Amino acid sequence: MHCSCVWSSRALSPALLPRLLSHAGCWAPGTRPRGIWSSPRRLASAVETTQPIPLPSQARVVICGGGIVGTSVAYHLAKLGWTEIVLLEQGRLGAGTTRLCAGIVSVAKPISIECKMADYSNSLYEHLEEETGVKTGYVKTGSLCLAQNQDRFLSLKRLASRLNVMGIPCNVIKPKEVSKLHPLVNIHDLVGALHLPGDAVVSPPDVNHALATAAAGHGVQIHERTTVNHVMMEKGHVTAVETDRGAIECEYFVNCAGQWAYELGQASETKVSVPLHGCEHFYLLSKPLPEPLQPSTPVVMDMDGRIYVRAWQGGVLSGGFEKNPKPIFTEGRNQLEIQTMQEDWDHFEPMLSALLRRMPELEVCEIQQLVNCPESFTPDMRCLMGETPGVHGYFVLAGMNASGLAFAGGAGKYLAEWMTYGYPTANVWPLDIKRFGNLQSSRTFLRHRVMEVMPLLYNLKVPRWDFQTGRQLRTSPLYDRLDTQGARWMEKHGFERAKYFIPAGKDLLSLDASKTFYKPDWFDIVGAEVKCCKEAVCVIDMSSFTKFELTSTDDQALALLQHLCANDLDVPVGHIVHTGMLNERGGYENDCSVVRVKKNSFFIISPTDQQVHCWSWLKKHMPDDPQLHLEDVSWKYTALNLIGPRAMDVLGELSYVSMTPEHFPSLFCKVRNLFSPGHVMFIVYALHVYNEVMSVGQKYGIRNAGYYALRSLRIEKFFAFWGQDLDPFTTPLECGREFRVKFDTDIDFLGRASLLHQRQEGVSRRFIMLVLEDHDTELDLWPWWGEPIYRNGELCGTTTSSAYSYTLERHVCLGFVSPPSLDGSPAAVTPDFINRGDYEVDIAGQRYPAKAKLYPFSSLFAQQRRRKDEMELSNFQGK
Amino acid sequence: MHPERATMPVTSQLFRGFPWAKLWGSSLFQRQLPCCPTSHRPTSSQPHPIWPTAMPVRGYRRSPDLHSYNLTPPQVNSILKANEYSFKVPEFDGKNVSSVMGFDSNQLPANAPIEDRRSAATCLQTRGMLLGVFDGHAGCACAQALSERLFYYVAMSLMPHETLCELESAVEAGRPLSPILQWHKHPNDYFTREAQTMYFNSLRTYWQELIDLSSPGESLGPREALLSAFKRLDSDLSLEAQFPALGRNVYLAFSGATACVAHIDGSDLYVANTGDGRAVLGVQEEDGSFSAHTLSNDHNAQNENEVARIQGEHPPSEKKTVVRQDRLLGLLMPFRAFGDVKFKWSIDLQRGVLESGPDQLHDNEHTKFIPPNYHTPPYLTAEPEITHHRLRPQDRFLVLGTDGLWETLHRQEVVRIVGEYLTGVHQRQPLTVGGYHVTLGQMQGLLAERKARASLAFQDQNAATHLIRHAVGNNEFGAVDHETLSKMLSLPEELARMYRDDITIIITQFNPHRNNCMCL
Repeated sequence: MHCSCVWSSRALSPALLPRLLSHAGCWAPGTRPRGIWSSPRRLASAVETTQPIPLPSQARVVICGGGIVGTSVAYHLAKLGWTEIVLLEQGRLGAGTTRLCAGIVSVAKPISIECKMADYSNSLYEHLEEETGVKTGYVKTGSLCLAQNQDRFLSLKRLASRLNVMGIPCNVIKPKEVSKLHPLVNIHDLVGALHLPGDAVVSPPDVNHALATAAAGHGVQIHERTTVNHVMMEKGHVTAVETDRGAIECEYFVNCAGQWAYELGQASETKVSVPLHGCEHFYLLSKPLPEPLQPSTPVVMDMDGRIYVRAWQGGVLSGGFEKNPKPIFTEGRNQLEIQTMQEDWDHFEPMLSALLRRMPELEVCEIQQLVNCPESFTPDMRCLMGETPGVHGYFVLAGMNASGLAFAGGAGKYLAEWMTYGYPTANVWPLDIKRFGNLQSSRTFLRHRVMEVMPLLYNLKVPRWDFQTGRQLRTSPLYDRLDTQGARWMEKHGFERAKYFIPAGKDLLSLDASKTFYKPDWFDIVGAEVKCCKEAVCVIDMSSFTKFELTSTDDQALALLQHLCANDLDVPVGHIVHTGMLNERGGYENDCSVVRVKKNSFFIISPTDQQVHCWSWLKKHMPDDPQLHLEDVSWKYTALNLIGPRAMDVLGELSYVSMTPEHFPSLFCKVRNLFSPGHVMFIVYALHVYNEVMSVGQKYGIRNAGYYALRSLRIEKFFAFWGQDLDPFTTPLECGREFRVKFDTDIDFLGRASLLHQRQEGVSRRFIMLVLEDHDTELDLWPWWGEPIYRNGELCGTTTSSAYSYTLERHVCLGFVSPPSLDGSPAAVTPDFINRGDYEVDIAGQRYPAKAKLYPFSSLFAQQRRRKDEMELSNFQGK
Repeated sequence: MHPERATMPVTSQLFRGFPWAKLWGSSLFQRQLPCCPTSHRPTSSQPHPIWPTAMPVRGYRRSPDLHSYNLTPPQVNSILKANEYSFKVPEFDGKNVSSVMGFDSNQLPANAPIEDRRSAATCLQTRGMLLGVFDGHAGCACAQALSERLFYYVAMSLMPHETLCELESAVEAGRPLSPILQWHKHPNDYFTREAQTMYFNSLRTYWQELIDLSSPGESLGPREALLSAFKRLDSDLSLEAQFPALGRNVYLAFSGATACVAHIDGSDLYVANTGDGRAVLGVQEEDGSFSAHTLSNDHNAQNENEVARIQGEHPPSEKKTVVRQDRLLGLLMPFRAFGDVKFKWSIDLQRGVLESGPDQLHDNEHTKFIPPNYHTPPYLTAEPEITHHRLRPQDRFLVLGTDGLWETLHRQEVVRIVGEYLTGVHQRQPLTVGGYHVTLGQMQGLLAERKARASLAFQDQNAATHLIRHAVGNNEFGAVDHETLSKMLSLPEELARMYRDDITIIITQFNPHRNNCMCL
């Protein structure tokens, strides 16, 4: 939609009026005022009618935004059989970022779901010309990701391992091979490269045009020069959109407004937060080289030099992601900023130097133009997808972080599936717009954060990096107290959590500089915290956890939870239940602990990043009953977790335990299965209690511990975590949590039918624990997550999390494995598959043997338990 | 402020040889002594034999050619940056985004020691931030007292009745007080220790009166608070000087200072000004350029309203004498000031205090001296003029400066320099390729050269330092010239005062997002 940037609005004559595209054949997109992409088909057609075709008064879906993302959504919805789809574009189709983007479709993306989307986009664009007859400029050039240093090379090798899992071809190559593939690259300072033969270049406006043509062929109505002013809602449902040319009633609205998606989100009855912010982005176009560069020349991505280069009309197109980006449109669309958004050579200087260093022969090449093309970025470098919390039927797909072209195809497909089936066919939680809360949509925050995000696209990303800007959005009441005790912080969903505590006297400077794929320098610090957790007692501030209170006058609260939770919640008051909240497929929408505080009052504790997701899941399923009340009390309670054998002693001595609850409204939970003995207190007078705990605990050797210690403990205990190991596609049966499902009752709950079915059929994937052997903690690369798992030399799964276990003195990886399917249908996991097989974990191309386990380490010692485990396993196989 | 403008030179000429340093703490007179007889003073106009005239605005010597001593750029920088201070309001506290993003301040002395002072603090019991520049004359004692005390008076005046009562009961019970101000100070901005007890007692009397005068639920608005605080502190200075036991405060009250104070709370900006300091707002226009919006009036002879006010406050017979040679009673340049009891007390009171005061006072001819035509005191007031401004998104920054700044640079120029510095807009023309044939290699060379030049100009991390660099180093073409800078900064102490005044600047940057109400 809002894509009439300065170029189009200036150059277009008012005579160009919106047209309805109902027949695919004769539609042409009209003149492109200053596009860099020219193709012979670009003739201003005589279709320009004098009367704009009126908007329909009704539609099922209204999509706002005629860029590549919006047209892709329209195309995929139409393909899935939707009718009455209206696409509105305030300027001309593809006149915004799409028209100016560089046209590279690469699968070199940081996370697997993004690689999948890019891979799908690639094959979609490849066949689009065939499907529509519209030329797209698709050339399968392949691409070269260069490494100037060993760390970069490692990160490329890790990427290669991940791509292998997905079956995407890629080769780790030597510098010499780079020069065979590309005539201009200077290889003297390279240590290696990754060759992605499947990557391609296209002409983005033409792809946009082809998608629009195909969509129009499927009956999508496209209206240009139509601005959406307002999105109307009633009772939390989208009802209509108001445009400058009248209103359209609709059930669904999709915000694909790119750069302007934030503003559009604000322009609805209930404001929808779309946390993205624009930055200027520059690339250079050269005139043809003396010896024109072949169109099939591979794309070069020199991330250490912060640049990319592709062949363009005999010359090159080269841009980059600089260290000091220029954020733009902070205050919305701003005439002043649009006017000043010109070529800025001084700003481009570092990238020009990097280009000439990489391709010295270009020095004599003449400049054609420096293009300034604003891109939108999000707070965590991932795009924003999905239904917005609180408004049914309002979907968003925006914030592409300069990969709009590579993602549009796949993201459009996932969103269309989401709207059709209620959820996409892949786990898109990392892209789900519900991962953000309102705090992350402040303009000040976004402006600062995107200045960090844009350079990050090409920064070397080492394990467990944290954002530096826009921190301290939410802190625990103990923040200052912990900070003075040496806490080092990480951020989750805007909440500050202590990673570990630097002991007094440690060299802080060297610690903060720790960035490595190998053993990190906090190793001993976390080790000491873990040791204390095992031998004495540690206190961990877990205030960041999401906490809800569900109460009702009668038993509505219990009824709701019994419906939503897999485990039985009809327990005596004061008991705690660990349970998943499953979707219809039996997959985890949330994994939480629920305390029955009173007969009709429940306290729900979920992971930190569930705050928005779980809220909207509960709200979605809550009956419209004024007697049933849900409250987010995350900020009201501080949670302290006491871990260790002496935890009970400390609790026993706390002076206020005997006090009445009115004096100290605190809540104890014994977390039996997590890290026994662990005790979580939810307290109101946090600082006071913390001080008390610390002083009482002194004689028991109490100390602070951070999340890294907790992580190590949970992973060696084989405890799966939602968002990391568990996702909406994982069922309790697949991760050995059958005992947390109320199969023995006849209470119906969401997902029950699917689980019963799965119990019958047997699971085709299983969560296992892998203990690395022959892995040198000091010298070998550390696992992270996303590493391929091999069984008897055959790929059988990927890891989802890993940590060093200080108890086992080994690395432990958690992950899912599934047996190879024999006849096309998935095969069931058998105990033999897990127990009899040589497992290996692939870390950046190097395979390490591993022992596969179904149960945590502590049970390995007891032979008796082991036999019982095997029995349990065969039980859940349903045999 | 210039000692010459006030009454110093006469004493320095007439009473050479007194142990000034001992008396004044500062070595003010000592420094002045060698200066006067050598008569480097500009002699353009000297209508009165005894009272050397005001230095007309821009009346300083421009290029000091007496000295060939040259400073290196790092030496220049170390002088310019010696007093620079920056404060950034912490962001993302998760509650409210401040309308102030932070401030840069700096001082460049011309007097030795400097007679300007500056203060900045956040009010902890009430909301808002206080920033002020103070220009002392006849010594730095009064300016020093203002820099320590004035904000407490303002903070007290702003407090609601209940908070004041709590404060009083805490003091009564001997409990520790919760902090009232969070100071943002450069290490050179010291507080004196000697008189703190008396300062505290005066302040306590003030808040006790505030409690008596208000009723529960009440507090003064910022305008009334500023007005009340200014007047009260000046009257306290005067009263304290009448206690014979504390001689030091007699001197304090005989010195004077102007004050220009800003109180910023959300989008409400109040400026209280007494004297010839000035507050100027930098407004960014639609086209990106900056224009100056002055928020205070100078209280001096250039302000017709002030002249009329003073003439109106005294009998017609004094019309000719009350303002002479652009000075109050022919002596004092600012027409409003703190301290300066010489222009406020009756002759009897002045004599009475001096006689009962410590011995040294009898010998001090400066304090004994009664201004000519002194018939109907008081001639001087510390009552501020108060301006209110609601911040808009285009209001980007506020420059508070002592007259040392405004004498050398026009306000429009000040705003342009700061605006361009803060937005990073360089004066240099943006490069365009246009229709020319430029190769990538040529462009790289060109850019490298531009980069080298730009890094030279943009070596300041502090907007106030950058402004001082311009104020002192601008050549006749309006560009900073290292040679001029070097000469101006290498002047020996006794000459510096002839070429420039003390300069004190606080530049507060506003948060355009907050003032747009777009955020949170």
